[in-house]
Parts: sequence; structure tokens; C-alpha cells
Amino acid sequence: MTSAPLEQRRRLRPSGGQDQVFRVVLRCAGAAVLVLMVMVGAFLFSKAIGALRIAGWSFLTTEEWEPDSHHFGIAAVLTGTILIAGVAISIAVPLATGMALYVSEYVPARLRRLLINMIDLMAAVPSVVYGLWGFAFLQGNVIGLARWLSTYFAWFPLFKVTGADPRDPLATETVYTSSTFIAGIVVALMVTPVICSIMREAFSQAPIGEREGAYALGATRWGMIRSVVIPFGKGGMIGGTMLGLGRALGETIAVYLIISPVFVIQPHVLQNGANSVSALIALRYGESGPVALSSLMAAGVSLFVLTLVVNFAAGSIVARSRSGAESEG
Amino acid sequence: MTTVPHLVPGVRPEPVEPEERRVTATVSSADVTIALGALIAGISATALIYYWLAPFSGALGFVVVSFFMFLAFYASLVWLDGDGPAVRDRLVGAIVHGLAALLLLALFCVVGFTLAKGYKALVHWNFFTQDLQLAGPLQPLTVGGALHAVVGTLEQIGLALIITVPLGLLCALFLSELRGGFTRFVRTVVEAMTALPSIVAGLFIYATVLLILGFDKSGFAASLAISVMMLPIMIRAADVVLRLVPGNLKEASLALGASRWKTVRTVVLPTARPGLATAIILATARGVGETSPVLLTAGYSAALNTDPFHGPQVSLPLATFTLIKSPQPNVVARGFGTAALLLGLVLILFIIARVAGGRGPQDLSPRQQRARARQSARDVSRFARHHPAPAPQPVLPGIELYPARLPAAVVVTSTTSVGTSTTRDEEQ
Repeated sequence: MTSAPLEQRRRLRPSGGQDQVFRVVLRCAGAAVLVLMVMVGAFLFSKAIGALRIAGWSFLTTEEWEPDSHHFGIAAVLTGTILIAGVAISIAVPLATGMALYVSEYVPARLRRLLINMIDLMAAVPSVVYGLWGFAFLQGNVIGLARWLSTYFAWFPLFKVTGADPRDPLATETVYTSSTFIAGIVVALMVTPVICSIMREAFSQAPIGEREGAYALGATRWGMIRSVVIPFGKGGMIGGTMLGLGRALGETIAVYLIISPVFVIQPHVLQNGANSVSALIALRYGESGPVALSSLMAAGVSLFVLTLVVNFAAGSIVARSRSGAESEG
Repeated sequence: MTTVPHLVPGVRPEPVEPEERRVTATVSSADVTIALGALIAGISATALIYYWLAPFSGALGFVVVSFFMFLAFYASLVWLDGDGPAVRDRLVGAIVHGLAALLLLALFCVVGFTLAKGYKALVHWNFFTQDLQLAGPLQPLTVGGALHAVVGTLEQIGLALIITVPLGLLCALFLSELRGGFTRFVRTVVEAMTALPSIVAGLFIYATVLLILGFDKSGFAASLAISVMMLPIMIRAADVVLRLVPGNLKEASLALGASRWKTVRTVVLPTARPGLATAIILATARGVGETSPVLLTAGYSAALNTDPFHGPQVSLPLATFTLIKSPQPNVVARGFGTAALLLGLVLILFIIARVAGGRGPQDLSPRQQRARARQSARDVSRFARHHPAPAPQPVLPGIELYPARLPAAVVVTSTTSVGTSTTRDEEQ
């Protein structure tokens, strides 16, 4: 009886030519994207440096924007951007939390899919449509709320409105239009679905065992949410909020349609007049002259750096809140 | 001795009362009554305050005050036969429902307002067949339309997709398939670029392509700006989808001897196909609706321009943005019309994305199931042809180890089990 031939030792090398080509193509694509992205960043920074050299440190403290006379800075526009984003976030976070809790905890199962789709649709509605709505619909309808806030909460410095007399029934209402507040509401509607979908995902990952454990110990639904869902979803809540903040900081068209730009630091959110970096770029990009363009690049870069920091912080918080377990099959 | 129930033959145990079936519904009729009563009481009390006691006005205020009144009545009604935790539970439930309703209301308000205002322009057929070249600001809505903007939008997004889809998908594959320091670096840079404000992407193309390279404002420049904005979004979304492909599917394919490329082509891409389609279409919806990069690069023209490489070419968001700033009501109505068209386009894209992405890879239509069965049968016959079943050779006399057709049967079950294992992984 002849013994069977010994099986040859297999080589654990990745298989031949096809795979080599595949890898090379993938690496080329990665490198192309990398080159493109780095080029965008490097170009913006290199152009911005010219303006920063002219303005020096006063770039951060000057409120006016007169690049032709070399007198410009982002103190007003950056403050305006942060104020608009702040208003947006303080409206969007309660809304998004409520909606995320509703979708993950309260809604009947057959409606859940529909609601998730509607939130996603809300994220896909173009920004110009939101801007149009804010400009043509909301502006006229929210003045009453703005007046009420400024009348009864004027002791809060942000809500003060100068030049308005609540006791005068004939006072003009234009002082309440085109304000940071209205732009903030519109931006809030745009970022709410972004925040909401991240929160919902985080909430739905709260483990079923802990949920049922809480119920078994006699918790009410809110008791269960407070002791299980929110602690598990806290990272997602913070991260989603910061991602929404990043979106809110960069929003252009809706803000541009609503505000009337002013180049002073305007801390009164209910009052006419606001500004933001992106609206400034949209307003002034056509100006001729290298300094004008370079100064806009510098403003754009400062906005980019701000959103970059916010996004990376958000990304690391979201990533830390996820356990890696669910990605393995 | 412990008492054991007597099971004497012939003697029946006493009939036990059938236990009453418990109600496991979370909402009882009392809850509904309390909520309805509180709602009516809240609205009535608000009406009393509004119309009899205090000089308030405004529909918005009425709704807000009613809601708070409702909460107060609801809490006190629950308090009558519940304790503190029950009251808090019901209050939070009511507030969560209220917030969700408010958000949905806002969505309907935005969409409904745009469609209602755009209706005036959309009912005229010429809105879809003409451009604005001959329509002055005072012309009625029966002259002129948005054809030029529709054509511009489709061409610009088409060009942008030609650039971003191959590059984006390959880069996402690169990020998910290969490992190493270079991959990590590319991923970091791509994630950083998702933070790029869209207006800055427009400014980049404006400064490079238009000012330095000296091209005119054109549809192509606009599509480049859209590409710069869309590419990181698409890569990130596709990367997330590709990373969700279960590792054990890929490992099974590699263990069967398939090459990396073959694994990607036959396992990774088919499994991730619905998710990839969704990622691409949602990025497209984002790119279609974005105004700010187009504002700086496309230029505005009222005439139809089918050549994206020469001359200004307007798109739907840009036309909306330009038209609604006009003081003439007819021009504003056209602006709302273009906004409604844009919204409709995004809605269609969104529905396509859901239809494409709604079915998981394992969730086959009847036709696909028949195709899968045919493929399976072909595999069986192919294997039978290549490895003709050997005549059963008894290892020990008189003992037959396995039936001769076993290999084919194994093939069939393994093809189906790939599908089922995907189901399980998707659901997790």
C-alpha cells in the first residue's frame, strides 16, 4: 500500500498579480484624495498668511472690515458666528433630545421607521429652503416672541434691545427683525436632525438587560431612561451636540438671507443686526484686490480651524462612547 | 412524608379556576381619560385667561400657555392616584411627546410653506419648458420658467458625481481594506475636511480655478466646488458602511482561497451595496441643495446654457437665492417655484435612497430569490462536473462513511447560510 503524498506547505503570501494591482489602485485613490485635501488646506493657509501678516494680532480684535485700508479683523464676525451657533444649539439640543427619546423609547414600533425617515429627510432639506422659510415666514411670526422676551427678560444682558420701548404701541417692529435670534432658530432647525440621529443611535444602544433590570426593580419609564438610557447615551449626546455645533458654525445661506450685516460686536441677540464669517465671505467675495481676497481667506481659515477643533472633539467623544463590540459579526 | 398530589386512576383532580388573563398594555383607559381631560382643561383655562382675565394675544402664545396649563392639570390629575415617581414619569412623557410634535410641526411647516408658495408658479406648464431670458420682472407667471436652472443643476451634480463617486468609493475601500500608518493619516485628513465650511470650498475654487487659472465662471467650476465639498462627506459615509460588513464574512471568503479583490467584489460590495447607495444619494442630496459654493463659482444667467464648460450656468438653489431677493412679487413667486422644484428633487432622491437602501442584502425580492436559486443550482451542477462523485469506496468492509452526493449538498447549504448569517449580523 503506497502512502499518500505529503501535502505541500502552502505559502501565506497574498495572492498574485490581481491583488497587487488592486492594492496599488486603492493606494492611488487614497493618495489622490489626500493630495486634493491637503492642497485645499495648504492653499487656504498660504493665502491667508498674507492678510494675517498685514493685520497682525489686531486681526483678532478689530471689528471693522476694510481690507483696502488694511483695517480689518474678525472680532465682530466671529462673535456673531458663535452667537448664532449658540442660539441654534440652545434651541436644537432640547428639541433633538426630546425627539431622540421619543423615537427610541416612546413611539410604537411600526411608526419608528417612518419617524427616522422623516428626521433624515429633514436633514436633507436644502439650506436655501430653510433660509427662505426663515426669511419669508418665520421673521414675521416670531416678532411677538422676540418682543415678549425683550420686555420681560431685559435684565438678562443678551436679551436687551436698545431703541425699543415696549410701552409704546406705535413703536416700529423693525428693531426685532434680521436678528441673531431669528437666524439662530433657522440654523437650529437645520442642525436638530443631525444631533437627533446621533443621539437616537446612542440611546438605542443602551443594553436590553439593563433596561429590563431597571423595570424589574420597579422603575417607571422615566426612571429607566434616567438610570439606564441617558448614562449609556451621554457620550453620544455630547458628541452629537458638538457635531451639530460644527454644522451651525459653518452655515452660510440661511444666515445670509436673514441677517442684516453689522460690523460691530452685537451681543443683543434679539436686536436687528448680526453677522457671521460665512455670510461675510458670501457678501464680499467679489471685491477686487489681493488683500481683500487674502483677508477673506484668513476669515475662512479661522472659521475652518474653529469647526475643525469642534468636530475633532466631537468625533473623539462619540468614538469613546461606542464600544467596539457591535462591529464584529 | 411530603404531600404528593394523589393521582389515583379514576379520580380527577379538582378543576382549577382558569387564571384571568392579565392586561399587559402600557396604556390604560384611565390614562387616556386623564390626558384628554387635562388637555380640555388646559385649553379652556388658557382661553379663560386670554379672553377674560388678561390682555394677551397671539396664536403662538396661546399654544404655549395651553401646553403649560395642560402639564399642570395633567400632573395634578396623576397626583390624585399616583405618587411622585408616577407624576414625574407622566410629565416627562408629555414633554417628550410635545417636543417631538413641535419638531415634526416645524418640518411640515417648512416643507408645506415652500410648496404652497411655489404652487403659484408651478401650475403654469411654461415654468418647466422655458428659461427666464424673455421674462422681465413685470411679466406675468405665464411667461418664463426655470428650465435653465433645472438643466444647470442636473449637469453640475452629474459632473460632480462623475468626479466624486469613483474617487470617493475607491478611497473608502482604501480606508476600510488596507491597514497602516498611511491609511490612518488619510482617514484623519478626510475627517478634518468634513469640517470644511461649504463657503470656504467655494472660495478655494474661486481663488484657484477662476482667479489663478483664469477660467470663467461656469457650471464646471461650480461642480468642482461641489465636489470638494461632497467628497469628504461621501468618503466618510461610505467608510462607515463598509466597516459594518461583518468581519467573519470577509474571513470566510479569504479562507476559501479568494483573493482580496475577489473578496471585495463578491462579498464586501454586495453586502454593503444598499448602504453605499444610500451614502451616495444622501451626499448627492446635500450637494444639490448647497448654495454657497455655487454662489461664488457658477455665475448667474437668465438664459438656458447647456454647456457647463463655458459661460455662467445657474442652478436651482442659486436661482432661488437670487430671485427671492427681488422686490417684484412675480419674481419672488418664481423663486418659490424653484425652491419647490429643488425640494421635490431632493425628496425624489431621498425616496430613491430609501428604496435602494431599505432592502438589506439578505432581504431578497421574489425575483432575486429565483435568481439566487438558479445560481445555486448552476453551482451544484458545476461542482458535480468538476468533481465527479467518486464511487463510494468502503474504508472498512461493510461500512459506508457518507453518501456520495454530500459535496454538492454542502455547497448548497453554504450558499444559503451566507445570506442568513448576514441577516443576523445586520440585525445586531
